Amino acid sequence: MELDSLYQEVILDHYKHPLNKKLQSDFTAQVHHVNPSCGDEITLNVNISAGIVKSVSWDGVGCSISQASTSIASDLMIGKSLDEALKIVDSFSDLMSSKGTMVGNEEILEDGVALAGVSKFPARIKCALLGWMAFKDAAIQSSKN
Amino acid sequence: MKPMFSPAEIRKDFPIFSKVMRGGNRLVYLDSGATSQKPFQVLDAERNFYEQNNAAVHRGAHLLAEEASIAYEGARQVLADFLNAELDEVIFTKSATESINAIAYSFGNTAPGSRFALKPGDRIVVSELEHHANLIPWQQLAKRTGTELVWFSIDAEGRLDQSNLNELINASTKVVAITHQSNVLGTIIPLDEIVKRAHSVGAVVVLDACQSAPHFAIDVKALDIDFLAFSGHKALGPTGVGILWGRSEYLNEMEPFLTGGSMIESVTMTEAKWAPSPKRFEAGVPNMAQAVGFAAAISYLNNLGMDNVAKHEKDLTAYALNKFKQLDKVKLIGPKDNVDRGSVISFTIEGIHPHDVGQVLDQYGVAVRTGHHCAWPLMRKLGLVGTTRASFYVYNDEADVDALVDSVLQAQKYFKV
Ligand SMILES: Cc1ncc(COP(=O)(O)O)c(C=O)c1O
Repeated sequence: MELDSLYQEVILDHYKHPLNKKLQSDFTAQVHHVNPSCGDEITLNVNISAGIVKSVSWDGVGCSISQASTSIASDLMIGKSLDEALKIVDSFSDLMSSKGTMVGNEEILEDGVALAGVSKFPARIKCALLGWMAFKDAAIQSSKN
Repeated sequence: MKPMFSPAEIRKDFPIFSKVMRGGNRLVYLDSGATSQKPFQVLDAERNFYEQNNAAVHRGAHLLAEEASIAYEGARQVLADFLNAELDEVIFTKSATESINAIAYSFGNTAPGSRFALKPGDRIVVSELEHHANLIPWQQLAKRTGTELVWFSIDAEGRLDQSNLNELINASTKVVAITHQSNVLGTIIPLDEIVKRAHSVGAVVVLDACQSAPHFAIDVKALDIDFLAFSGHKALGPTGVGILWGRSEYLNEMEPFLTGGSMIESVTMTEAKWAPSPKRFEAGVPNMAQAVGFAAAISYLNNLGMDNVAKHEKDLTAYALNKFKQLDKVKLIGPKDNVDRGSVISFTIEGIHPHDVGQVLDQYGVAVRTGHHCAWPLMRKLGLVGTTRASFYVYNDEADVDALVDSVLQAQKYFKV
């Protein structure tokens, strides 16, 4: 079924058991992102010190895609250098705008490749990108602070 | 009364129902609250206008200009009859959104001293049920003029709480802007007391009829309201055309919202004098083909009979309410009995986000709306992130409700809840 390309098992797992979904208080930047078309909202905290992503934590409400995707993103970023992390975000953005033509690089995106199918559903791409864009925004703000 | 129509027969008039949907399924269109589908009679009317009569209305001395003007003014007459309104009171806009903004901006532009002028200390009354289109124009007008914005609350079932009617609509109240039927919950608002109270304090009543006029007969004289807005595209008509209706004595005192060609009586380099309504509010070459298509849609509804339309939807809603009450872990949001309630079923499924519900339903050809339905404050009030909404119209039948229920069960199976 077409749906299975959207809702991979990995996604449903992350949705039911999201990672890092508890805001940490020792952040260097905090952002709040909303998807106005569907009402999904997340607050995301990052701690980036000496160019290393020390922690990413978040809380929010949203559909399975946005929740799973934020869970995956947060897990990927922790421990990476800021440069690496931003490259991963770009790689994920490319995958999302691929209209189903890319499968994604598993070495870079790990569980994130499970979201490749989202790129075939235009209405869901924003859901998948919510957490990643929030991270990028937080990372930029953190480096300004 | 006309004999009751058959939805299966009606669907034959709508080309879109022959489309094959995801998973090879037929289209089960349950999103008419967002926009309705269009019968070929409407599509043909628009095409015919372009093929036979196209010219700028009210300009030019040639045959086509004459025919275009006759077609356009004929459309206005159809809409006036539909609302039991006078011809000069019916204004074509691009949408209900534009209609409501036209009223709000007009009030805001009024010279001090006019009965429509708003000043600090005055009050505008809305409700928690409003679509953003009937909230934000008033909220922003209140900000610009220093006016107070207050609102009717709702109870747990989504009915309007009118217990504080006399305090809410007080002597300072200038405008009461309210929806006739909630686009999210289907609640129909009884207007009698509201209108009486508003008029007793000298306030005008603006009715958002987007979700009512397409579904049951509206008589602006019997309702005794002052302004009304609705959109053609939710009433089997084309996009890009809506109605602003107002009492002519008010319209002719009001400032226009948009200015430009056609809406003037005389112009010099420094001054302009406004034409009377409806021209006063129809600046520029209007959406002529769309107005003609809109009238064809209204004629289509008239042929079915608005009382039949209302009865059909009421029966279908009763059927759906009954089915939904039997579903496990599915919560109906909105009035649970079929009194003062339109053909909208909003619901949540335990453990599945509305966006995901909509996605699974789509796999079965079932088209619904999910999310906050442009009524974010209402969602916050209900403590919800969103709902899934099915809305019915003339082409829907019990088989569509069954398909909806089956796909809800599939969603629960898919997400293992
Ligand atoms: C109750 C209500 N009011 C206003 C509107 C706005 O209509 P339109 O977008 O056609 O201007 C809608 C449409 O969604 C509605 O449901």
